[in-house]
Amino acid sequence: MLTGRAFKFGDNISTDHIIPGRLAHLRSNLSELAKHVMEDADPTFAARVKPGDFIVAGTNFGLGSSREHAPLVIKMSGVSAILAKSVARIFFRNAINLGLPVLLCQTDNINDGDELKIDLKAGTIQDMTSGNQLRFSPIPEIMLHILDDGGLLPYIQKYGDFKL
Amino acid sequence: MGKTLAEKILSAKSGGEARAGDIVIAKIDLVFVQDTTGPLTVKQFQAMGFDHPANSLKVAVFLDHAAPSPSQELSNDHVFLRDFARKTGSLLYDVAKGVCHQIVAESLAKPGDLIVGADSHTVTAGGLGAFAPGMGSTDIAVALGLGKTWFRVPESIKVALSGRFPNGVYAKDLILHLIGRIGADGATYKALEFSGDATSTISIPERLTIANMTVEAGAKVGLFPADEVTQHYLSANGRRADYQPLSPDDGAIYEQTINISLAELEPTVARPHAVDNIALARELKGTKVHQVFIGTCTNGRREDLAVAARILKGKRIHPRTRLVIAPASRGVLLAAIKAGYIQALLEAGAIILPPGCGPCLGLHQGVLAAGETCLSTANRNFRGRMGSPEAFIYLGSPATAAATAINGEITDPREAI
Repeated sequence: MLTGRAFKFGDNISTDHIIPGRLAHLRSNLSELAKHVMEDADPTFAARVKPGDFIVAGTNFGLGSSREHAPLVIKMSGVSAILAKSVARIFFRNAINLGLPVLLCQTDNINDGDELKIDLKAGTIQDMTSGNQLRFSPIPEIMLHILDDGGLLPYIQKYGDFKL
Repeated sequence: MGKTLAEKILSAKSGGEARAGDIVIAKIDLVFVQDTTGPLTVKQFQAMGFDHPANSLKVAVFLDHAAPSPSQELSNDHVFLRDFARKTGSLLYDVAKGVCHQIVAESLAKPGDLIVGADSHTVTAGGLGAFAPGMGSTDIAVALGLGKTWFRVPESIKVALSGRFPNGVYAKDLILHLIGRIGADGATYKALEFSGDATSTISIPERLTIANMTVEAGAKVGLFPADEVTQHYLSANGRRADYQPLSPDDGAIYEQTINISLAELEPTVARPHAVDNIALARELKGTKVHQVFIGTCTNGRREDLAVAARILKGKRIHPRTRLVIAPASRGVLLAAIKAGYIQALLEAGAIILPPGCGPCLGLHQGVLAAGETCLSTANRNFRGRMGSPEAFIYLGSPATAAATAINGEITDPREAI
């Protein structure tokens, strides 16, 4: 069970909003890079986010670059899942590969600051602030296995290959 | 039942019947990384316990995003990647060589190949008929180690092209128009497959421009058939043997068909801060521009510099506008010098950068200040992409860029040719 507060964002939050190319020189210094998470979407995010919190976005979250540093700095910030109406393809795979759940659901009725409780197994999101209950779309099976093992690195360390 | 290009390539590479929606494990031909995603890829590769890439693979390492390096940190990343390339016997394209996608097209990609790269614009190779999705570092690390990875076989959208480009209208205008029509998530998880009578009149450099930007509509890949145009390009690059014809089967199932008549297109521009925020160049007349950037994996080829040089020859750029040009590869730069394009551009007032990506992602060279406006031939105009998050980026063709540089404001290139 995941619990935390919602940080609400709009549509089309790109990987440049999450961690821009002008910070490419910090990519081998992750703790420094992570201080800039979501900087161009909300410069106050890094200071306010707490372990367990959620990013709640609109459509096409994570569009743009293939930089895995984008989901990586989000994960390093303590965010426990990303909820979005839709998500860009490469970002989706990258986040799951890092063990960061990305849940596709209707996010319009979740407000900034709402307390959420998420049951990954049951597929449910409970908005404790509004009392609403939501369901998220099922995650493809191979991605569930990767997520279960904590990401693609531990998955490959464990199995040495893909298990379909 | 007939197959789409995506289904055909993934069937061949997975050794089975790959149909849209299936999950397959497919054998990869080429894996590549670049200097901003490569270090994390190599670290993940090593953490997984691999020390050598799979024997079946061709592996390439490109130092192109920071070329040459503007900072110690990036120089350290370059040292790390050079070392990896040397130890593993990978192809190393060091800072002088140019943008990975251009070099993949010139030297490495073949029709029917399965290519994965740690860069979203890997899709560019689809212009040659290669299935080439971009991926993140951990996925690429696994692909390096195993020589294969898993794919969901995408549904395909057919883009049927008819007619000819009018004067002043180019491949860039076509792909911007398409993205404007379907939206920045209009092809998410899907393949965009280009076909139709006009395909045989569209050159490989133009196909590369179009395939390059399919990811800006969310597509997993953009695919052209491999035909006589492809054969000619490969032969001209000394790669005659790399050609094989490739086309979708009759009766292939497409999720939808989008028809585009090239004759009806006009010079098109993406406005800040989204690639699908489309307008016609003529509608933006009067928009002052501080910098024009011509280059990148989208529009930094010899043919693009030729278009710009033709418009700028014997003219001067606007005194309050900078014109920054980065050829996509050393081969492009040499050809452009030989053809006299570089001299014409320099005399018009341009700055010529070394081959590489730099300004496109705000990494170095041509970084924008707050309040500045740039018209760029690149593929992205997100907030903060080229420097300050308070800067404004418009995207257009090399012709629109050249005409804009002369007037210092966004200009329909048909006024300048």
